[in-house]
Amino acid sequence: MPQYLIRRLGTLTITLIGIMMITFFISLVVPLDPLAAIAGPQAPQETVERLRILYGFDQPIYIQFARYIKRLAHGDLGTSFQTGRPVLEDIIHFFPATIELATLALIVAILVGIPLGVLSAVYRNSPIDHFSRVLSLIGVSVPVFWLGLVLLLIFYFKLGWFPEPGRLDIMLMEPKRITGALLIDSVIARDWEVFWDAVKHMFLPATVLGLFGLAGIARIVRSSMLDVLSQEYIKTARIKGLNEFLVLTRHALRNALVPAVTIIGLTYGGLLEGSVLTETIFSWPGLGRYLAKAFLTLDLNAVVGGTMLVALIFSVVNLIVDLSYAFLNPQITYTTER
Amino acid sequence: MNTRQEADILNRSDVRKKRLEAKIRYLKDSYILWRKNRLMVIGTFIILFLILVAAFAPLLTTHDPYDQILPERLFPPSPANYFGTDSLGRDIFSRVVYGARVTLAIAFLVAFISTPLGMVIGVTAGWFGGAVDEILMRLSDVFLAFPRLILAIAFAAALGPGVENAIVAIAVANWPSYARLTRAETLSVRNNDYIQVIRTMGASNLRIMVGHITPMCLSSVIVRMSLDMGTIILTAAGLGFLGLGAQPPTPEWGLMVSDGRQFLVDQWWVSTLPGLAILIVVMGFNLMGDGIRDILDPHQRQH
Repeated sequence: MPQYLIRRLGTLTITLIGIMMITFFISLVVPLDPLAAIAGPQAPQETVERLRILYGFDQPIYIQFARYIKRLAHGDLGTSFQTGRPVLEDIIHFFPATIELATLALIVAILVGIPLGVLSAVYRNSPIDHFSRVLSLIGVSVPVFWLGLVLLLIFYFKLGWFPEPGRLDIMLMEPKRITGALLIDSVIARDWEVFWDAVKHMFLPATVLGLFGLAGIARIVRSSMLDVLSQEYIKTARIKGLNEFLVLTRHALRNALVPAVTIIGLTYGGLLEGSVLTETIFSWPGLGRYLAKAFLTLDLNAVVGGTMLVALIFSVVNLIVDLSYAFLNPQITYTTER
Repeated sequence: MNTRQEADILNRSDVRKKRLEAKIRYLKDSYILWRKNRLMVIGTFIILFLILVAAFAPLLTTHDPYDQILPERLFPPSPANYFGTDSLGRDIFSRVVYGARVTLAIAFLVAFISTPLGMVIGVTAGWFGGAVDEILMRLSDVFLAFPRLILAIAFAAALGPGVENAIVAIAVANWPSYARLTRAETLSVRNNDYIQVIRTMGASNLRIMVGHITPMCLSSVIVRMSLDMGTIILTAAGLGFLGLGAQPPTPEWGLMVSDGRQFLVDQWWVSTLPGLAILIVVMGFNLMGDGIRDILDPHQRQH
């Protein structure tokens, strides 16, 4: 296990360098001339040349790359054109809203997905199984941006059950920013009005994101539960007279959840990418919307910084998933990889 | 000498016949399995329908999909415009029908770019092993470190918007999973006796890789490909929706959903109907993918 951990950390380091190379490459292929953008369209040739030297664009690629790495090591991601602030500051500002939404969506997906998968396997081919499978199918097939629009149309515009897109009613004051997550900050500030309003605002986007996660989780839990339920030790447990609930929870579900851990990790990454579209629809002031805007306006530093951060989180989540997988299933040993 | 040659000839025609029989039996079994799987039948019909719609688009449409009739802006669905008209007076039904072509083209081109690329890399890594393997797999790790949509968006933004660039961007994000898969398959067959025999007979690396290992990977690659089709279409539609994929006036479904956003409240059909088309098609591909996985699974064939 420690050996595996070391090896895994080693590959993670290589991956991180690769991530930097790819994001650097992305900033190279952009057709837009960054100098023209900085200097303005009417700038004389000399000014552009001077800027070129100033920003180091006259240097060979590998030197530019080395400088880029050096900048990154200092936590300098450059300045965003959109906001005029350092990209790192922007990311720190927008990130909690995304994490809050994605985490809530994941909780919804787990709380609904796991019981649904279990029921679906236990009552195979019953109406609840059909319902769960149709829901999973829709969850993996529906375009999130379309689902978001349809839910907004029905529940906000037509029925008025949920508030307008955004994070909080404009009439309400945001509580003092401590974690950046409204639900937590409002509890700390004991501002229940804000808390309740934030919950209402979060409901639709979390449902949209959650449905996507739920589909994958319910599917995996169903199939691994079916596998486990057909095994001898479950029969033994039943024969010795254990009540069915205990058989299902203590004996079957425990083993069936191991594959679910993987899918939950992957889902979290999926939620991060889903947040780009969901946040755009729900005017959610998070990293996803910030990134989408950055991509559209070719706000290069923001694009590179944001992409890198997402990849970083995704890699770390994957590492945690792999490790917890090894921890949960003692049959898997990672001493030799092949 | 003479008798051996005769035996050889007999054997060969025999073998050929047996092989054909086995193939026919395999197809028959597949057909039976296909018919038994009701969901897959539905999925297959959705995809067939999509292909037919794309092929016969000019015969099905009532209007030119690009024709702007400004006095007829934002008409609700009616017998004249089945799905209504959009903000430029274009017939949405005709645009959705032509959109089938765009969607199919994107899905198949991405598959035909990223699958062979991934397979070449995977087989090479698995067959040669060692440093080659290490380098190629670390490379694919790097690409896998990005969520697919984010990587595709980043490349689409860098390359500039447009259908062609969206295809390249999605393909770039898509190949590593195929490389992973074929590498694993290659590792599982590379030490088999028959490969060793071919090797001692003097077959070149290329010949073994192309002729004997790649075919062994095909069935799992086909399964993965059919399961991926839906995701590819969703990614392309997402790019279109964000304005980083197909550009106006292309009748791309994601772009059409985005066009209708500002009219959502009073002219719901502009956004929702093209989105429904995406949902149905992706569902069709997912149903078919699940079915193909079951059919190609040898365990299913035993009964």
